[in-house]
Amino acid sequence: MSTDSTSVEVRAAAARRKGIGLVVICTALGAAGQILIKIGADRLVHPTLLSTFLGFFTIPPLFAGYCLYALMTVIFIFALKDGELSILYPIISLTYVWVAGLSYWFFHDTLNWAKLAGIVIIVTGVAVLGKDAHK
Amino acid sequence: MKTPVSSMLLVLAASFIGSIGAGFLKAGAAKLHGGLRYLFLNGKLAVGVAFFLGSSVLYVLGIKHGQLSVLYPLVSLSYIWALVWARIFFNERFTSRKLAGLCLILLGILFVGLGNR
Repeated sequence: MSTDSTSVEVRAAAARRKGIGLVVICTALGAAGQILIKIGADRLVHPTLLSTFLGFFTIPPLFAGYCLYALMTVIFIFALKDGELSILYPIISLTYVWVAGLSYWFFHDTLNWAKLAGIVIIVTGVAVLGKDAHK
Repeated sequence: MKTPVSSMLLVLAASFIGSIGAGFLKAGAAKLHGGLRYLFLNGKLAVGVAFFLGSSVLYVLGIKHGQLSVLYPLVSLSYIWALVWARIFFNERFTSRKLAGLCLILLGILFVGLGNR
């Protein structure tokens, strides 16, 4: 194998890792956004289209939550620039993992065996996807 | 609590529209050169974001009624549609690793949904 093709492969691997890293950041932002939106939505007493729209500007957690969603989308676009959609899109599923953890922390949601098993299986699936080189 | 068929259809539609949105984001991302301002001057990205917004509206309406143990796995079908778009439009290969990873993720989401009962 020539040094040229080796360096191309090394660079491709680095780009792939960068894309995956960016999507993992996306999932953390998305989960934090979901929690903030939930906190904000709970402050809407009788949610109508108008009160929800106004709440977006007057309820800070709601505003912050949607800002995180926007930021997440921008980072996801940059990840997609050099990455494969078929690998990066399913990694978004890590959001379920963070949300289960954060809901346990903030809302005292239950963490039962089914959720824990699901979390372990999702993380395993993401790890399998992440290792997909060029096979 | 039973899950109404209408909720399932809404969530299924959300998953389908979301995957199309991801496809447009991918197509738009390929054309990103230079600074951040190009994010806002890119039609495909705008279409992708619009599809994402539409998908999230349907999703929120869909999960209002019914069980997450049924609805979560339906949402995650989005990843399968995206795999198909990736193959057709971006010439990304189906590999056994991708399929295995995806199957594990779908199974994991099914369990998380079951745990939310």
